Amino acid sequence: MNGIHDMGGLTNFGPVVHEASEPVFHEEWERRVFAMNMAGLAFIGPIDRARHAIERMNAVDYLTTSYYEHWLAGLLTLTREFGYVTAEELSTGRAAAPAQLPFPAPSTAEVESLLRSGLPASRAMAITPGFAIGSRVRARNLELRGHTRLVRYVRGKVGTITACHGCHVFPDTNAHDLGENPQPLYTVRFEASELWGSDVMRKDCVHIDLWESYLQPCEERGSQP
Amino acid sequence: MSGHDDEHDHDGHPHHDAPSNPYHGSNRSPERNEALAQRVARIEGLLTEKGLFNKATLDRIVEIYEHDLGPLNGAKVIARAWVDPDYKQRLLDNATAAIAELGFGGLQGEHLIVVENTPAIHNVVVCTLCSCYPWPVLGLPPTWYKDAAYRSRVVIDPRGVLADFGTAIDDDVEVRVWDSSAEVRYLVMPERPAGTENLSEDELTRLVERDAMIGVRKVVLA
Repeated sequence: MNGIHDMGGLTNFGPVVHEASEPVFHEEWERRVFAMNMAGLAFIGPIDRARHAIERMNAVDYLTTSYYEHWLAGLLTLTREFGYVTAEELSTGRAAAPAQLPFPAPSTAEVESLLRSGLPASRAMAITPGFAIGSRVRARNLELRGHTRLVRYVRGKVGTITACHGCHVFPDTNAHDLGENPQPLYTVRFEASELWGSDVMRKDCVHIDLWESYLQPCEERGSQP
Repeated sequence: MSGHDDEHDHDGHPHHDAPSNPYHGSNRSPERNEALAQRVARIEGLLTEKGLFNKATLDRIVEIYEHDLGPLNGAKVIARAWVDPDYKQRLLDNATAAIAELGFGGLQGEHLIVVENTPAIHNVVVCTLCSCYPWPVLGLPPTWYKDAAYRSRVVIDPRGVLADFGTAIDDDVEVRVWDSSAEVRYLVMPERPAGTENLSEDELTRLVERDAMIGVRKVVLA
């Protein structure tokens, strides 16, 4: 989807507001929202689905609410869609019926163990990467529905592969119960002049991680596919 | 600094096309916060009753992320690399393994990469799509990292964003922005400042602040 969350390259949000000695959480409710998302990940995950739930927020709400309100919105959307709660229960705060959970909630120790061990996205696959380090590639311009990590600001642009990370779970399908479909993940370097305009003379570049199906070969700089 | 003080770039031209976001968390009213607090408490009660988690688990998660993880972990990694060339090489070759040597790793740190600042290259990290950040070494991200102003602009105008932090980069230095669009997480190794040759690893650790490991500031001698 092309959503407001995909905001790389906009310049109209004003200066970055830095807070000295910022606490980890500003409010108690932020602690609880963070923890509910982490503890509930077993039921509302994978993380790609959780990210997409936030991306589906109304765009105006997305821009006018704070970070942990996004997490709250995602949590409510998914718990409702999975049928763990009803809209009425959410408004009253009272359970009308027990939740039909697919398995019991993980214990505190199990959750803690997961946080400490992590959830690697890499998968051992017998797939030969299609692109070598140093290859010129063009990010595809695709009409994408649902969740994707192919940001708009690189679509159609030409860059250079600088690293291959092996095969990683593909978010575009994993977010939608369509399988992990691991595929090679690359870091691609795009020059500022390629991304932002031929008049840009700054010595800047963006490195971004892109899956193989987001990319197509590009033998010559600036050539059309 | 507030960010409001710096309305002009080094040429004296205004470099912001818009005012500060009025919906920034710090501008939220006490009334709205109170309403959110009540709503979240109601939801926590409901989801707990439904069996998705229990209060003890939530309390433990908060404890871990508020007290166990934080930028001190990353600072230890950087200071070790500054004093131990072999460790630095391992860190640049395989950051996940080298950082695990110091006991750090886990969720949002499964695939770590360290990028090194040099006199010719300055690195800065962002997640334009959401808020991806290397939790095991930096803890949870600051509000500005998650705000629209930073996420949107640092890819197109990194030097302007760095100026918001009071960081000036020479024109002949290449600025590399790292957009964390997958599950790979990036940590910047700042340049070790001159005059620190006689400092111990512990003293160096205290010099390395979070913002330098994101790449929006440099490490300076206090």
